[in-house]
Amino acid sequence: MPRVVIDPMTRIEGHLRIEAEVNGHEVTDAWSSGTMFRGIELILRGRDPREAWIWAQRICGVCTTVHALASVRAVENALGIEVPDNARLVRNLIAGAQNVHDHIIHFYHLHALDWVDVTLALKADPTKTSQIAQSISDWPKSSAAYFKGVQDRVKSLVASRQLSLFSSGDWGHPSYHLPPEVNLLAVAHYIEALELQREFIRIHAVLGGKNPHPQTYLVGGMTTAMDANEPEAVINPERITLLNQLVANAQTFVKQVYVPDILAIAGFYRDWFQYGEGLGNFLAYGDYPSASIKDPAGFLFPRGIILKRDLSAVLPFDPKNVTEYVTHSWYEYSDGDQAGKHPSLGETNPKYTGPKPPYEYLKTDEKYSWLKSPRYDDKPMEVGPLARTLVAYASGNEQIKKLVDGTLAKLNLPPAALFSTMGRIAARALEAQFMVDNLSAWVRQLDDNMAHGDVRIHNSEKWDPESWPKSCQGFGLEEAPRGSLGHWVEIENKKIVNYQAVVPSTWNAGPRDAHGQRGAYEASLLKTPITDPERPLEILRTVHSFDPCLACAVHVVDATGRLYSRRAVAV
Amino acid sequence: MLLSGESIPEACQRQGVSRRQFLEFCAAITATLALPTSYAEAIAEALEQRRKPVLVWLEFQDCAGNTESMLRASHPSVEDIVLETLSWEYHETIMAGYGKAAEAALDRVIREEKGKYIAVVEGAIPTADDGVYCTIGGRTALDIAREVCGNAAANIAVGACAWDGGLVRSNPNPTGALGLQDAVPGLKVVNLPGCPHNAANTAAVLVHYLTFGEMPALDPYNRPLFAYGQIIHDQCERRAHYDAGRFVQAWGDEAHRKGWCLYKMGCKGPEANYNCPTVRWNDATSWPVKAGHGCIACASPRFWDTKSPFYERLPHPAGFGVDVTAGEIGWTIVGAVAAATAAHGVGHLIRNRIHPLDQEGEETKKDAAPTEEP
Repeated sequence: MPRVVIDPMTRIEGHLRIEAEVNGHEVTDAWSSGTMFRGIELILRGRDPREAWIWAQRICGVCTTVHALASVRAVENALGIEVPDNARLVRNLIAGAQNVHDHIIHFYHLHALDWVDVTLALKADPTKTSQIAQSISDWPKSSAAYFKGVQDRVKSLVASRQLSLFSSGDWGHPSYHLPPEVNLLAVAHYIEALELQREFIRIHAVLGGKNPHPQTYLVGGMTTAMDANEPEAVINPERITLLNQLVANAQTFVKQVYVPDILAIAGFYRDWFQYGEGLGNFLAYGDYPSASIKDPAGFLFPRGIILKRDLSAVLPFDPKNVTEYVTHSWYEYSDGDQAGKHPSLGETNPKYTGPKPPYEYLKTDEKYSWLKSPRYDDKPMEVGPLARTLVAYASGNEQIKKLVDGTLAKLNLPPAALFSTMGRIAARALEAQFMVDNLSAWVRQLDDNMAHGDVRIHNSEKWDPESWPKSCQGFGLEEAPRGSLGHWVEIENKKIVNYQAVVPSTWNAGPRDAHGQRGAYEASLLKTPITDPERPLEILRTVHSFDPCLACAVHVVDATGRLYSRRAVAV
Repeated sequence: MLLSGESIPEACQRQGVSRRQFLEFCAAITATLALPTSYAEAIAEALEQRRKPVLVWLEFQDCAGNTESMLRASHPSVEDIVLETLSWEYHETIMAGYGKAAEAALDRVIREEKGKYIAVVEGAIPTADDGVYCTIGGRTALDIAREVCGNAAANIAVGACAWDGGLVRSNPNPTGALGLQDAVPGLKVVNLPGCPHNAANTAAVLVHYLTFGEMPALDPYNRPLFAYGQIIHDQCERRAHYDAGRFVQAWGDEAHRKGWCLYKMGCKGPEANYNCPTVRWNDATSWPVKAGHGCIACASPRFWDTKSPFYERLPHPAGFGVDVTAGEIGWTIVGAVAAATAAHGVGHLIRNRIHPLDQEGEETKKDAAPTEEP
């Protein structure tokens, strides 16, 4: 069987390898492998749970901040801490801004080059590009002269024969279908999005001190001290004005550039609404509380499960049903590798049995990945923007229904078209719009609280470890840009004794389980058309539609249960 | 006219001017400049180097946080650095090519730009168990680092992990992770630590290198002095509050809202070298202390092990050093800046006996600092 290997899979976070069997210009089987392991799992043990978030945040620098939030939620859950309303709002703002920012970067800088041939932009007529741009959006940067300038920039890059990041692209691949004018439009927006993301993320600098890796979380709240009358307060009226401006700019960009671009590109690649479906099972923990984190009914993104693409029923989620397999992962469980384990009983004993590097192919019938295989009720699930959108849609969320139905109507497609590669891309863009609209409401609430004298930002009742029970455990769930994220923590004598993370890309990118069930990437690649096995661009289209994040996915913060004492492990 | 990134000989070639004519042109220039004829060759060489320098960015045991940080570069902007100033030919997170084409791009640079390109490394390098903990295209990170960095004109380690192993190397370092300079001994590496690095500094180093052909002045850890030559505490906007004995006592208290000193909340600023207070982050918008949280000394050696617990007041052994000077002297001699500063110096002398200090006298050089046994 001819086997196609993609390693490195680029334009993702981390180290992913895809091996695929291609027969008759179609993928007939696929294996997804994470090829990097850091083993941070042992490091958190024995540490102060109040600082776990600082460590856990480093699981990922692309979806930065999300592991910090899941971590403080887990510790707060264990200790029974409710955070003040202002802390809830600041956290929603940081996480929501991350969601929007991440989606924009994902589309323009990680995914677009699968659909856009940069070199074809040279053949475009800038006047026609201008007409197209003005017909789909009110975005002001749309004159023929502007696009001529962008084209000249590309021209000089190509003429220099030093194409930089673009030097190794698949230019001229027969699967690129955009007219030259739309390619030019997309290249212009690639560059504009670079500027926008840099500007927009200042929201994290204001509320988090910096990005990547914001540094203002606290167990019990945030450090963003508020005062309407203090020049040095982290949040004061001047900062609110800046936040409003940053949000407004992003709102305009999402509505006038990102969403129209997705619609335009989707129109030229309608066949990709048929490929890449995968599992048809979707899971969303839900997130963005409107009051207490303990009240999922008040979440902006609802919680639930959809099975076998049945949008008529949203099933309840129970954390007890989450398990992880290592049957095909480079780990061993103390009682055998055939059964799954709940995260609270999880073990991470790395044991590499793959080929000795340098190698050509993995032993895919044995163990072949550093990722584990999470399952819900023994079923593989897809998580991420599409899962969230579908759960919200099927739950009857008015805002989401309006966005989704409106988009499907514009494209003249039925809801079933969402179960696809292009469906994932569209759902991500619509989610960005949904989210960016909510950001301004949270800034308003924060401003309103401050104006009414409510400046509480931290609940200090349990800051002192002397106030803690001798032992406790908890978990924190979150919706990260790439999907459902959970951290589990166990605390004893003021220290962490067990810490677990089950992350979005493990759900999506994990290998087969004990029953041979494929993970979401693997399943979605089946029947993918391949024009040229030497240049399997189509595989990238579907894998990228999930927005892979491999540093997260490898089970980095996951204690080995209680098999060893810290001392024994250190030896 | 030269096209962007085009060398003069290339432009000549495009316009039908031969190599021989180009060299004659160089000789003529040499004469015009009244230089010895032997300079003609040097000038030709310099002109030929008008091509954009090539840069490759390697990612090993990383979180891509340094890549993301680079995308936030604002002066010069990331689009200018990546597309105009340099030819950024390999960077897995953002490059167009994938799989074989990506590997070929890297191979080409090693072969054709040998000894001329800049290699940037992000992430630690695992050395345990034959390096199986990080492979790319079936090769180990160590194998790739040796080849790519060994043939580069300059190596830059960005972030704590590439510098000294960072978080990945923290106790008990399950994968035998090391920073670049330890994993591949003998390389000349410029270190830009931080978790992550600040793109403002990295951009400045790149521009300096392109302008002067050499790296800026470095400290004993091979960190640029302009970015790591001062301790945070001495540049901190909250320093006046420290000197005056005005401290935050509880998160969100009045002192916190007024922007007072975070020393008692565990701030590691007095033991941290970095220029956060002056360059700040994200287009100079803020930095962690401005945002109300203590510094975690993320650009200090082995900071994960040596500077945690992060909420514990400096220094760790109670009753010694800065703790006393800030708490007691600071409060009693409010406003007496000179006295407080002197006392601060005494604090360091005391700490000196507890932990060996490096040549700058500020940061512990201890290897794997122990954490408490549970």
